[in-house]
Amino acid sequence: MRKYTSKDNVQGKAYYTDRFWVAPRVPRLEVEEGSHFANVASTLKKYCKEPFIEVGQLILHIKPSDNISVLSLLKEKCGYTQCSELSAVDYLARDGEFEIFYQMLNVTQALRVRVICRIKQGEAIESIVPLFKMANFAEREMFDMFGIVSNNHPYLKRILMPDDWSGHPLLKTYPLQGDEAASWYEVDKIFGKEYRDIIGPENRDPAKIDRYDTKRFSRVGYEVPFDADISEGEKENPIEYSKTIMANYQKSSKQLKERR
Amino acid sequence: MAQHQVNYASAAGLPVALTSVDKLVNWGRSNSLWPLTYGLACCAIEMMASGAARFDFDRFGTIFRASPRQADVMILAGTLSKKHAEFTRRLYDQMAEPKWVISMGSCANTGGMFNTYATVQGVDRIVPVDIYLPGCAPRPETLQYALMMLQKKIRRESANMNKNTKQRLV
Repeated sequence: MRKYTSKDNVQGKAYYTDRFWVAPRVPRLEVEEGSHFANVASTLKKYCKEPFIEVGQLILHIKPSDNISVLSLLKEKCGYTQCSELSAVDYLARDGEFEIFYQMLNVTQALRVRVICRIKQGEAIESIVPLFKMANFAEREMFDMFGIVSNNHPYLKRILMPDDWSGHPLLKTYPLQGDEAASWYEVDKIFGKEYRDIIGPENRDPAKIDRYDTKRFSRVGYEVPFDADISEGEKENPIEYSKTIMANYQKSSKQLKERR
Repeated sequence: MAQHQVNYASAAGLPVALTSVDKLVNWGRSNSLWPLTYGLACCAIEMMASGAARFDFDRFGTIFRASPRQADVMILAGTLSKKHAEFTRRLYDQMAEPKWVISMGSCANTGGMFNTYATVQGVDRIVPVDIYLPGCAPRPETLQYALMMLQKKIRRESANMNKNTKQRLV
């Protein structure tokens, strides 16, 4: 017999999950002898013990305290003059850590290196703004979205969200539709907290029908005057419409019968 | 507006039109609705198209203004983020009375597909809206129709501004 599964909220759940599906893993390749990446790996031997190649990119796992020295070596010795992206990934639930990555580009060789380090929640990382000017905005975004502080950043404040926002939206624990503070943010800011009652909570379902809201909805046959209170009860009998108004589609189906 | 020919001889040969103050004032207001240029997202493209030669808002007496001080209508065209809501309200407050608001497109009406933490779920949480305009994005014809409906609404209103003043802010 098939195993019983709860039928509650079946629409909300995934309709089909493949039990035998295995997430594909990108193969990790050895660094080839004598290649450009081998030179990079030997330059940074002190900081990264096990470099490997993924999708044609050299991946270097380093200690977070070494980030300035690794990136400056990459920039000055190996020709990685551009930092194209810098951000973090939230692995707090799985490992209790953030993963911070620096995506480096060598323009003359057309090759990329990713430098990865991991920090615990509440730890700070040294800012790389002295090396790469792009890090100014990128580290501000990292602070805004994850709450990761960069030490010695020239101007560390939120970049996307408003300054008085609470919470860091790209954390996996942050709800997509916002927390309590987010849902009242604009009301509190413009009108003040006292005005919350008048405006009311956000309607997150635009197709929502409120049967007691007689300003916007009415039940066919039980229509009441605009903005009448029906919370105490509705009419007993439906309104009788004139027979001439109500079209009977079954009766006048002369053509339909022929076509059937 | 009712037009009557009244004794031309006594009026020095001039044509005379009789009307009520309400009708005269509302005729003026409704036929020179100057919207604030307020494009927030892709709906702004349709709003610009409505203003340009093919759909030609000018023939309704509708000329886009870049200053809230000179505008009567605020066409909120696009997604309003929570960070920006404050400034929208400030621009609305800077507009001179009488003023009206058209909420253009799904995002402005309800937040649309942006069911997220950073989007205002309907601009009627911020400003009082007169016309809700559905569509994603609405065609310029829709905006034209909305403007004509707003004109109709204004013509029905009393010209007395105190009477029209909203008691609630939203």
